[in-house]
Amino acid sequence: MSTHAHDDRGGAHGGHDHGNGEATPKSYLTGFILAALLTAIPFWLVMAGTIDNPAITALIITALAAVQIVVHMVFFLHMNARSEGGWTVMALAFTVIFVVIALAGSLWVMYHLDANMMLAPHEMSQTP
Amino acid sequence: MQAESPAVHFLLGRFTLESLPIHEPILVVTFLVVALLGLALVGAITWYRLWGYLWREWFTSVDHKRIGVMYLVLGIVMLLRGFSDAIMMRLQQAIAFGGSEGYLPSHHYDQVFTAHGVIMIFFVAMPLITGLMNFVVPLQIGARDVAFPFLNNFSFWMTTAGAVIVMMSLFVGEFAKTGWLAYPPLSGIQYSPDVGVDYYIWALQVAGIGTTLSGINLVATILKMRAPGMTMMRMPVFTWTALCSNILIVATFPVLTATLALLALDRYLGMNFFTSGLGGNPMMYVNLIWIWGHPEVYILVLPAFGVYSEVAATFSGKRLFGYTSMVYATVVITILSYLVWLHHFFTMGSGASVNSFFGIATMIISIPTGAKIFNWLFTMYRGRIRFEEPMMWTIAFMLTFAIGGMTGVMLAIPPADFVLHNSLFLVAHFHNVIIGGVVFGMFAGISYWFPKAFGFRLDPFWGKVSFWFWVVGFYVAFMPLYLLGLMGVTRRLRVFDDPSLQIWFVIAGCGAFLILLGILAFLVQIYVSIRDRERLADVTGDPWNGRTLEWSTSSPPPAYNFAFTPVVHDNDAWWDMKRHGYSRPLAGFNPIVVPRNTGAGVILAALCTILAVALIWYVWWLAALSFVAAIAFAIFHTFDYNRLGTVAAEEITGTESERTRLLAGTAAP
Amino acid sequence: MSEVSAAAQPDDKRVFYLENEHPHADGGSTALGFWIYLMSDCLIFAMLFAAYGVLGGNYAAGPSPKDLFDLPLVAVNTSMLLLSSLTNGFAMLATARGRVAATQLWLGVTILFGLAFVGIELREFAHMIGEGATPQRSAFLSSFFTLVGTHGLHVTFGMIWMATLMVQIAQRGLIEANRRRMMCMSMFWHFLDIIWIGVFTFVYLMGMLR
Repeated sequence: MSTHAHDDRGGAHGGHDHGNGEATPKSYLTGFILAALLTAIPFWLVMAGTIDNPAITALIITALAAVQIVVHMVFFLHMNARSEGGWTVMALAFTVIFVVIALAGSLWVMYHLDANMMLAPHEMSQTP
Repeated sequence: MQAESPAVHFLLGRFTLESLPIHEPILVVTFLVVALLGLALVGAITWYRLWGYLWREWFTSVDHKRIGVMYLVLGIVMLLRGFSDAIMMRLQQAIAFGGSEGYLPSHHYDQVFTAHGVIMIFFVAMPLITGLMNFVVPLQIGARDVAFPFLNNFSFWMTTAGAVIVMMSLFVGEFAKTGWLAYPPLSGIQYSPDVGVDYYIWALQVAGIGTTLSGINLVATILKMRAPGMTMMRMPVFTWTALCSNILIVATFPVLTATLALLALDRYLGMNFFTSGLGGNPMMYVNLIWIWGHPEVYILVLPAFGVYSEVAATFSGKRLFGYTSMVYATVVITILSYLVWLHHFFTMGSGASVNSFFGIATMIISIPTGAKIFNWLFTMYRGRIRFEEPMMWTIAFMLTFAIGGMTGVMLAIPPADFVLHNSLFLVAHFHNVIIGGVVFGMFAGISYWFPKAFGFRLDPFWGKVSFWFWVVGFYVAFMPLYLLGLMGVTRRLRVFDDPSLQIWFVIAGCGAFLILLGILAFLVQIYVSIRDRERLADVTGDPWNGRTLEWSTSSPPPAYNFAFTPVVHDNDAWWDMKRHGYSRPLAGFNPIVVPRNTGAGVILAALCTILAVALIWYVWWLAALSFVAAIAFAIFHTFDYNRLGTVAAEEITGTESERTRLLAGTAAP
Repeated sequence: MSEVSAAAQPDDKRVFYLENEHPHADGGSTALGFWIYLMSDCLIFAMLFAAYGVLGGNYAAGPSPKDLFDLPLVAVNTSMLLLSSLTNGFAMLATARGRVAATQLWLGVTILFGLAFVGIELREFAHMIGEGATPQRSAFLSSFFTLVGTHGLHVTFGMIWMATLMVQIAQRGLIEANRRRMMCMSMFWHFLDIIWIGVFTFVYLMGMLR
């Protein structure tokens, strides 16, 4: 374990460092198996064309990606709500908020713009 | 040089003798003046044998206080450059009437307004706030340094490297002629084939890395290194605003980096992100750059809000009114600032739903900001107000910023924005909030903490002279622009046809001249203060009867800041210590571990500068070489494991006894 | 100061400074600082995803994902990265137990998987460019190459970092500073894996659904 020198300071209590918390061969292997499954399923769904409706497939693989991200964070990064006095989770939450705002905002703004222009998006794909 | 050989082309890329602006008298004269002043400075440093001292004690320093001071010096030096651009524009616009072309050719004028914006934001405002945060935050939270002292030094030199690259463009080649955000397709390779936009891109990329790293550093510092007892809700308000500002830096400067990288890919590799053909979309650039650009103004103004909070409480002799609401207002502004970027391009063509969402979000920001103004007013209410220089700036801020905020709400209304967009009304608005908010805040902060940094106050007389010239000059310079904007005059124009407008531009020019006097008075103030430092000396370390921890240590603070780490019991920790019988420890000092100075930051930043210049001029061999060298040097630096030194207990005892002696000296008469 | 002590009421319950501090240990903020850096890097990727999301459908009458992507190859590539994450985890376990040789071995294996990943990716790029699907061809291809290429560059830097660490561990063993570096490196590596989840889901798989 790394140092706890700052535990007595301010709000920075607790202190599992990353990668050390509950790291055991078992946790890595569990994570790996879960991640492999969560990777294989979406590939299978798309490659085999199991579901006819692409929108539903897209929704499912998005959900699986979200689950897999959580799996990686828990089993590989060993994140929990207590590490670094909760600041890692707080930083992550802030980042997720910013990423969602920027991504969703950009898509909304730009598609809205296209909708008000003469070219519809599907035409854009064919226009040189 | 016209028909150059392939060998020369390989060696120098697209640099030729034509790239030097020897045919432009204004630039030649500027170059001569700068060169002469530069030579005089270098000569003086050499004459007084200061190079070794500067290198050992300052350039390689990892002490947050020295790095903070260097940031402030950088900001003030670049203020002179950025303001020269401002004066040139005002003069051009005041005389270019009735068929007169003025004195600036269009390609020069376009560079001037671009450089003015870029320099003022990136190399004046940013270094000033970063410098102030660097200097003050560790002291306020009772820490001995920032979390990553070497990184801090490196960040500073990267920012300086960006400034050097911009300054280089003045005399070698040219700067961008695109406006400060370099919108494509104008900034694309087709319409700006010259080096100008490349100077812009690489200067901002290099400085941006420095800013991001410094943001990470300060966030980690504030979260991890607070003194025992200082919970989040006991942090001084300046530290809170610094935290939020640096969170925004970490969250938005990567956006700028990514956006400029995409523009660079368009320009260098012929990709099609922001081109008009092959599926590219220039509006995507506008969208991305404002995702950075809007939070950027809050990055600048939040620390200024922090300064006003500290100053208002100290000079009213009262606890800050509504500490909790102040903190929540700051956090709310931080989040909301990320939700409003589209108000910079309402006219882009999005529909009513998008525009009204962003318009309303923008107006909502005025609520927490207004709450802050009331908090400061209530702090002053029934306080024993001392009208020292920092307090004067604070009051001028409250009056000026209120006007700027109201014109901001006007611009946030989409239909109104369709009329005011891109006009001088907008120019007046953002100068109103940035000068009235950020610049006044920096002057308040500098005059407030100057005695802490150097052990003597700034001269109050010249401070007042500077204050009045600045404030009056601001109103004279920018109120006419509001009027002109309402009359429909667009920004960035070089010549005018309507003679009835000229009087307003002449008035605005006079205002700029008054601001010039304000800047000169500030420089005189610094000179006079250094000259009369005996008269202005403060040995108590607490010249203003302060409230926060930085005033508990000596001025200037020792390298280790605090001989013993303070323990905090109250929001106003030092005020609380003074009220509850704190006595300064005089013995029992332990050795303190401090990081050692290193030249690695300077060298790494220099390699990055060479890389940037090589990329700007298409000197591919040098680019490859300096890139490999930078990576290799960074790796080499990680092999240095021995980065800490120790301040011995005897040395601390010596420093602290000296302070005891000085304190006794003031008490005796 | 002097006027202060006169005005103050003695209150000996309050402690105003730490008399005996344990010596300031280096690196207490490194984990959090590095995490914040990763968050900022995440935003760079977010912008590249945004560019791909907005421009990724603009083929400019050129090739589309269905013409270009080879999903079995992407699946192989993904498994390389996933395996490297596992071996990186084993390296971390070896570090935690103070086993130098095992740490070096697993770092080496991780680098090999990383090399396989980057190699396959470069082969894919070369194949696409050979078919005329260059980054200049359309906004879709510009944003594709930039997003996937930036991830590949990160992986490359990660491998250089691991190689450097192998030398440093050989020189000095698993001292505190090297353990800290191992921790940061592994955070970086797992972070790249997480970014790749986004890439294969939103670029490759969704591309085939368009």
